Amino acid sequence: MKQVDENKLAKSKKRKQSLAFFMFGFIGFVIVGILLTVLSFIVFKGVSVISWDFITKMPEEGMTRGGIYPAIIGTLCLVGGSMIFAFPIGVMAAIYMNEYVRDGIIKKIIKQMTNNLSGIPSIVFGLFGMALFVNKLGFGDSILAGSLTLGLLALPVVIRTTEEALKGVDDTFRHASLGLGATKWQTTRRVVLPIAFPNIITGLILSVGRVSGETAPILFTVAAYFLPKLPTSIFDQAMALPYHLYVISTSGTNIEESRPIAYGTALVLIIIVLLTNILANFLRKYFGKKVKMN
Amino acid sequence: MLKLESKQVNFYYGSSPALKDINLEMESNTVTALIGPSGCGKSTYLRLFNRMNDLIDNTKLTGEVLIDGIDIYKKGINVDTLRKMTGMVFQKPNPFPKSIFENVAYGLRVNGITDKQFIEERVETTIKQVVLWDEVKDKLKKSAFELSGGQQQRLCIARALAIQPSVILMDEPTSALDPISTSKVEELIHELKSKYTIVIVTHNMQQAARVSDHTAFFYLGELVEVGTTKKIFTNPTQEKTQNYITGRFG
Ligand SMILES: Nc1ncnc2c1ncn2[C@@H]1O[C@H](COP(=O)(O)OP(=O)(O)OP(=O)(O)O)[C@@H](O)[C@H]1O
Ligand SMILES: [Mg+2]
Repeated sequence: MKQVDENKLAKSKKRKQSLAFFMFGFIGFVIVGILLTVLSFIVFKGVSVISWDFITKMPEEGMTRGGIYPAIIGTLCLVGGSMIFAFPIGVMAAIYMNEYVRDGIIKKIIKQMTNNLSGIPSIVFGLFGMALFVNKLGFGDSILAGSLTLGLLALPVVIRTTEEALKGVDDTFRHASLGLGATKWQTTRRVVLPIAFPNIITGLILSVGRVSGETAPILFTVAAYFLPKLPTSIFDQAMALPYHLYVISTSGTNIEESRPIAYGTALVLIIIVLLTNILANFLRKYFGKKVKMN
Repeated sequence: MLKLESKQVNFYYGSSPALKDINLEMESNTVTALIGPSGCGKSTYLRLFNRMNDLIDNTKLTGEVLIDGIDIYKKGINVDTLRKMTGMVFQKPNPFPKSIFENVAYGLRVNGITDKQFIEERVETTIKQVVLWDEVKDKLKKSAFELSGGQQQRLCIARALAIQPSVILMDEPTSALDPISTSKVEELIHELKSKYTIVIVTHNMQQAARVSDHTAFFYLGELVEVGTTKKIFTNPTQEKTQNYITGRFG
């Protein structure tokens, strides 16, 4: 047997260990660095623009002055609308897939379809939304059409996260409930869903984050170039933050002059996404506690 | 009186057999222990009696499984009703993420009972039955997760008893518990015997010897030997049984 130099081996192991440690640490720092650069760039450029007036006033003078109030409201309406549509359907689809359908070819097909759906570029959703909701169903360019289109986009995310949440529920809970003579539905509603709920909520909020930043799907279905008034019904057009950003950066009346407003808009958008993430965390913790209590 | 019975039962997961020609009878108010090495089919056999194996895809059963002389796999048997006749206790304590009270009340509620007073009375008597009342009577509204593992397991037994089954199926109910909690559960099994027919899977030979009247030894999906616990542990007829209980394999 070959004699191994214990000392040498230990040294080489240690060297490799510190090298690996350094590599991963370095990459980690680079990523955080990039993220911070992007963030601070936007914050730095945008923070001077943001004021109470900026978020509560209408745009003025060809969008080079004034606020972005209608775009904020528009985005909130669209996000809310898309969730009203995507959340119940997505959750029900996931329940059906995870609790009712047996493993097999049908389940595989549905799974594959949902995965493919989430891979479709969002501009294609926009086109589809225009064809179906705007034209065929006659909703016109409207919050309704935009919400439905965004909802379609969010659907795979909601389905997938809900499925993961349901899978995370230990089977012995189901068996215990069924063993007491509960039906599948009773088991799902009274045992499985309450346990999975915190994670389902997280999925919901993640899809809110996704939806609120999308431009392409609302391009042909709802977004107004310039509309200095609030929507009064779901059949109205509306402005929206991402599209507003796009417009004032590419085709505004005076692109140079509206640059600061663009950064301000970007910052508001980032803040909204950030807030939803914080809210997600809070809700998950809150419901996580509540599940154990009730 | 004959309570549980299986006649020429074969069970398959996909195409691989897990139970081979099992013939076994269990009397009312007795405790039967199922023993045997890991993977020999004890849990599979236990789950036949509340049709929990139905939940697993791609399985096949031949032969008859009878409770009170009725073939429970016959057409027209309502599975939910059948499962009310049997209570199941699992290896790991698994109370629902609800209050102590609601855990025990759960079986009543899902079976359509709404009478508040009735539920309260039943919950109380059942928790007393598992000798947990003194420990939890002041915190019935608290989460069941706040109990110790042993208390949780007794709560799970109470949960199973609340709907007044006549059969209790236990799959290694003490394998996750400390010695003191284990002996409490074993005492409980003794108490419950007068009212229920109990089938218990266990890897613990002493436990089988302590709690059961009859012992069935499974090996590779076959029922090697069954008899009174005393006989199995002192004078088994099969060599395999002898080897297993003396710890020579398994
Ligand atoms: N859901 C399943 N799908 C496929 N095969 C299974 C399934 N459950 C059990 N089996 C197989 O059936 C056989 C019997 O398993 P079973 O769980 O009944 O054994 P057991 O005696 O309870 O073992 P243990 O003492 O480890 O709990 C094993 O070979 C196992 O691999
Ligand atoms: Mg087992």
